Amino acid sequence: MKIRAQIGMVLNLDKCIGCHTCSVTCKNVWTSRDGVEYAWFNNVETKPGLGYPTDWENQRRWNGGWERTKSGKLLPKQGGKWRILANIFANPNLPEIDDYYEPFDFDYDHLKSAPEMEAFPTARPRSKVTGERMEKISKGPNWEEILGGEFSKRSADYNFEGIQKEIYGEYENTFMMYLPRLCEHCLNPACVASCPSGAIYKREEDGIVLIDQETCRGWRMCVSGCPYKKVYYNWSTGKSEKCTLCYPRIESGNPTVCSETCVGRIRYLGVMLYDADKIDSAANTADEKDLYDAQLGVFLDPRDPEVIAAARAGGIPEDWIKAAQESPIWKMAMEWKVAFPLHPEYRTLPMVWYIPPLSPIQNAAEAGSIGMNGAMPDVRNLRIPVRYLANMLTAGDEEPVVNALERMLAMRAYMRSKTVDGVIDEGIAARVGLSGRMIEDMYKIMALADYEDRFVIPTTHREQVEEAYDLRGGCGFTDTNGCSTGISQSSLFGGSKKPLKMPTEVQ
Amino acid sequence: MHTFIFGIYPYIALAVLLIGSIARYDRDPFTWKSSSSQLLRRKQLIVGSVLFHIGVLTIFFGHLFGLLSPLWLIEALGISHEAKQILAIVVGGLGAISALVGGFILLYRRLADPRIRATSSTMDIVILSLLMFQLCLGTLSIFVSLQHLDGGEMVKFMRWAQAIFILDGNAASYTVGASWIFELHILTGLTIFVLFPFSRLVHMVSGLAAPFRYLLTRTGYQIVRTRRKSIKPAE
Repeated sequence: MKIRAQIGMVLNLDKCIGCHTCSVTCKNVWTSRDGVEYAWFNNVETKPGLGYPTDWENQRRWNGGWERTKSGKLLPKQGGKWRILANIFANPNLPEIDDYYEPFDFDYDHLKSAPEMEAFPTARPRSKVTGERMEKISKGPNWEEILGGEFSKRSADYNFEGIQKEIYGEYENTFMMYLPRLCEHCLNPACVASCPSGAIYKREEDGIVLIDQETCRGWRMCVSGCPYKKVYYNWSTGKSEKCTLCYPRIESGNPTVCSETCVGRIRYLGVMLYDADKIDSAANTADEKDLYDAQLGVFLDPRDPEVIAAARAGGIPEDWIKAAQESPIWKMAMEWKVAFPLHPEYRTLPMVWYIPPLSPIQNAAEAGSIGMNGAMPDVRNLRIPVRYLANMLTAGDEEPVVNALERMLAMRAYMRSKTVDGVIDEGIAARVGLSGRMIEDMYKIMALADYEDRFVIPTTHREQVEEAYDLRGGCGFTDTNGCSTGISQSSLFGGSKKPLKMPTEVQ
Repeated sequence: MHTFIFGIYPYIALAVLLIGSIARYDRDPFTWKSSSSQLLRRKQLIVGSVLFHIGVLTIFFGHLFGLLSPLWLIEALGISHEAKQILAIVVGGLGAISALVGGFILLYRRLADPRIRATSSTMDIVILSLLMFQLCLGTLSIFVSLQHLDGGEMVKFMRWAQAIFILDGNAASYTVGASWIFELHILTGLTIFVLFPFSRLVHMVSGLAAPFRYLLTRTGYQIVRTRRKSIKPAE
């Protein structure tokens, strides 16, 4: 057993209102720079839809993630090491910027500087890459907002696999959900595996996957390697960049910017302990539908005395073990089994999980015969097809998704019965394999979602690995060239290019 | 002038190449990159880049072994100068065609495509143009070589190149009487050496190192870094 800790995230899609606050705050903090205007470390997609970049889920097209070969070996889907090296001159699987969108800005200045005209002045778009006028914006970071565009295009969505999708194009049967996405900080990251320079790494202490900007050479293999398309090539610096899980905030015990600012309180952060020795076999599970269960098998119970002893021996700090025991991620993924990994079939063992959304009961009124399963409606009558959610979250295995949705409905029924009727109905809980106490706990964490219940983040123990005294006066984050941006402000011999203004002769 | 180009300039060029590259790698590793423009425009890059790189690498290694293999080694292997000259012309010629076709696609794309043009630095354009100029000169020199297939001219340049590396003070004298086209070819080549540390050409070093890093020094696929150096993780 090689025990490690990971900061995991769960997003409760049942509560996502699609406000994009997470995306915007993330953008303002991390990607409002040259070269990454098009990049959104966090974005929110309206599903069904093709997403951003277009059709990213379709790995037959992009070849991201991992593939189990016929001989049972696990290889990056874009090819093994030799194949990746052979593609170094030109990467056939790399999206073009138009697959995301050409970044643009508007001529806002024209609104106030325009001369008197017959028509009201408008701010026309301009490309952020070339600086030239764009006559028509044909794509944006959220182009399918609230089911924008024709169904025939949107329905190319990969999650419709195995579904008779035509009926969902009809107005009466339309359904919609939001999917906020960020880097999954996978246990078996394909981006790390694809990097010929060895610039991408997973941190042992908290599992955050980062790109070493000084070692990255811009070979672009990580961009195509990542099946979630969450590594972005900065065309200005020539380096790849990705979500950092706001590690400076995480290290000091604060939630990521996207989580902190989430107005729907849908995001949870917590510690998961896992056995790194089990990663390879779990990712290489033969049947795709077993990958979800295999990943559950990688996690270690933080209350198991053996695990605690191993964690201590492995150097995991005491407060991290305690945080793992109180982790909302553990509760939702392992105890209540309501959270699922996004596309486990990519075999990267992602660590940002999702609670599937409930939706209105289909055709309930007209039929007058809701498929009732005891006191609760049958989740198969929900407007969002279970198969659609299963394709997204469990590689098509519907049963775990059905169980999760039933538990969420049971939570509602139980709490309604308790607060409206004043009756505690243990039967509701028992029917979905829970107890009343567990449902109360679910209600506290998932419905009320207080700040300290959502974010259980232990601080990093820098004091164990470095002498703070040695760091005084340093610039803090790099060796080699200090805090240099690569642009020299001084002359070759150390003097300033802009000397002090000397007094000059009066004219 | 001849002494300067063949006797002094090589040392200036090699010194700038070496010291400049080490300084850049050490002081500003953030700027050490391939500067790929594939994200901005995929069209033309796949064909252009692959042809260009394969051609240029063929020519690079051809020059490296062709010029720097010691004469006694060539003789010991029983390769006649005539055979080596013909080999150089054929392999170099094929490499040149590939590099020229690919290079022109890349240069055209860099100058004509608004996205690539807008994001190119002056050095990007200068270095690619210079490489294309050098490739043309090298290709033209084949026609000169065809006039003396005995390999005599080639041996002159082998002697000269090797003399540079063994610090032979008379290096410049070995190439007296060479065609102007060779002289210009070598002058341009050395100038490319001088510009190497200041341009995107530095990615060549990483490209050549990548297979070793990726295939030999990395077991498996994953990389995990830790700060906990003092505490040994339990095996």
